[in-house]
Amino acid sequence: MTSKAEVESVESEEAPHVGERTRRDRATEALGRSWLLLFLIALIGYFWLSTPSGTFLTWTNLEQIALNTSEVILLAIGETFVIVTAGIDLSIGGILFFSAVAGGEVMIHLAGTSEQTINGQYPHSGLAIPVGIAVCILAGTTWGLINGTLITKLRLPPFIVTLGTFGMTFGFGDLISGGSYLPSPVPPALSSHFGNGKILGLSSPIYVAIFFLIVAHVVFHHTRFGRYTAAIGSNQEGTRRTGIAVDRHIIKVYGLAGFLAGVAAVLDLAIFTNTTSVSHQTDNLSAIGAVVIGGTSLFGGVGTVLGSAVGAFVPTVLQNGLVIEAVQPFWQEVVVGAAIILAVYVDQVRRRRANR
Amino acid sequence: MTAPSPPPPLLEARNVQKHFGRVVALREANFTLRPNEVHAIVGDNGAGKSTLIKIISGVYHADSGEIAIDGRPVTIANPREAREFGIETVYQDLALADHLDSSGNLFLGREQLRPPPLSWFGFLDKKAMRRRAQEEMRRLKIGIQSVDQPVLSLSGGQRQAVAVARAIAWGRRIVIMDEPTAALGVRESSMVLELIKEVRSQGLAVIMVSHNLPEVFAVADRITVLRLGRTIVTLDKSETSLEDVVGMMTGALAVAA
Repeated sequence: MTSKAEVESVESEEAPHVGERTRRDRATEALGRSWLLLFLIALIGYFWLSTPSGTFLTWTNLEQIALNTSEVILLAIGETFVIVTAGIDLSIGGILFFSAVAGGEVMIHLAGTSEQTINGQYPHSGLAIPVGIAVCILAGTTWGLINGTLITKLRLPPFIVTLGTFGMTFGFGDLISGGSYLPSPVPPALSSHFGNGKILGLSSPIYVAIFFLIVAHVVFHHTRFGRYTAAIGSNQEGTRRTGIAVDRHIIKVYGLAGFLAGVAAVLDLAIFTNTTSVSHQTDNLSAIGAVVIGGTSLFGGVGTVLGSAVGAFVPTVLQNGLVIEAVQPFWQEVVVGAAIILAVYVDQVRRRRANR
Repeated sequence: MTAPSPPPPLLEARNVQKHFGRVVALREANFTLRPNEVHAIVGDNGAGKSTLIKIISGVYHADSGEIAIDGRPVTIANPREAREFGIETVYQDLALADHLDSSGNLFLGREQLRPPPLSWFGFLDKKAMRRRAQEEMRRLKIGIQSVDQPVLSLSGGQRQAVAVARAIAWGRRIVIMDEPTAALGVRESSMVLELIKEVRSQGLAVIMVSHNLPEVFAVADRITVLRLGRTIVTLDKSETSLEDVVGMMTGALAVAA
């Protein structure tokens, strides 16, 4: 039998050890979180200095970068939640495309006869646009719920399920659209009022991305939904044993990713007035890349929504800067690839520290 | 001359049987838990210890036999129902979410929310939970300086302590511990044994499954020996010895029924 005194001495001997380890962990974590932002700032600084003045670091150009990033940010938010549950969603680009086709077709057909729309006349835009937006979001959410249901009810790996729906969403989308562009652009009011519209001098779609970013950040860190997401990624079986409805939560998380892909589809139609499967084939990799570069662990349990958003900017800033510099923009792919490897390495080191 | 009838046992398992396919895990398990005792279940590998406690904690269902709480027969369909009876289990693998802090783990699945309207959106009252977690740690004399570090960064004994604290914080009557010291070093084990005594002193009953007989003798009030799925005997610690219990576990020592 042990006396109280002995037990206390055990604690006091361990105490400094534990404290020290946490401090080092916190330092590594802070570094892991901030290196990306520093990298992005350095990148912007580099392009600012290396491009002719008045080209890169202008309001118009930065706004353009933000606009180009807004869709990926939405996808990356959903992907963050999914990856934090220790899952993966390869289908979100396909869901985006399918939702854009579904919503776009509805908009076009509701807005006028095919003769009218081919001639650029959209007499019923007022009805067509809101219904089309609803269809985009509904289609995206539905695909997300399908993913989640297949993963939990059939007990299949998320990689396989979403690889399957990745193919299906592109296939169905191309079947509906005929494999090319929509028969005519979506009603121009959508782009003039929203896609190319401005609020206080900033493109409207950027506000949508910022809105969902803030909401997702708060949900992730301050609500029960975020807590369960992390708990499931940390220890799925243990979370189940505490009585939490794990399957239902996982379905919701994939549903959320689908919902956000649906919102991104609305942005896609609003910004580009049309859509093709070719332009979305690698959206899933952009989103996953952004999440990983952003500091969310592929092993689940920990993540950051804001980091994913910063991560989403790395490719677009590179692309934009290299084009202005007239360097082959293919370098963007090289640098982003290296950044993904580096990010995962940092995460691994952090985990090894924590597990020691 | 009518003596008052003794109060019914807190929990009783009568003639419990459990098969897994052709394998018989429990043939005839009997077990009686008194209020406010530490009751160890011991036995060799395959004796049915884990099966028995998993039936009590609602993970498995008995094929036949009866479970009674306060003398009333009950069915425990799942872990959630076990918790409704005031039974909490500390699993051998602890079932902690490593990336959450101790406070988060303590409240996992039972989060405290901010007052309305924030509660409608599931906003967590982290401050209140942290405060309550600190109180709980203090009540159990668990030396964790900060309840907001991920349990990943805690030592084995401290992680065990968090899992135990969670069970005690919510268990109103019975705490089941499955091999609570199996993964721990000597010093950490002694910390957990102190914790078990602390739980008893808070008025709860503890069912403890263990391989480690010296530890069993250090904390248990009574010991039930299982062998090949049968309850061999239940003994007061004071009326037996470690050697006898080993003999009964292995069958070398016959027990007079």
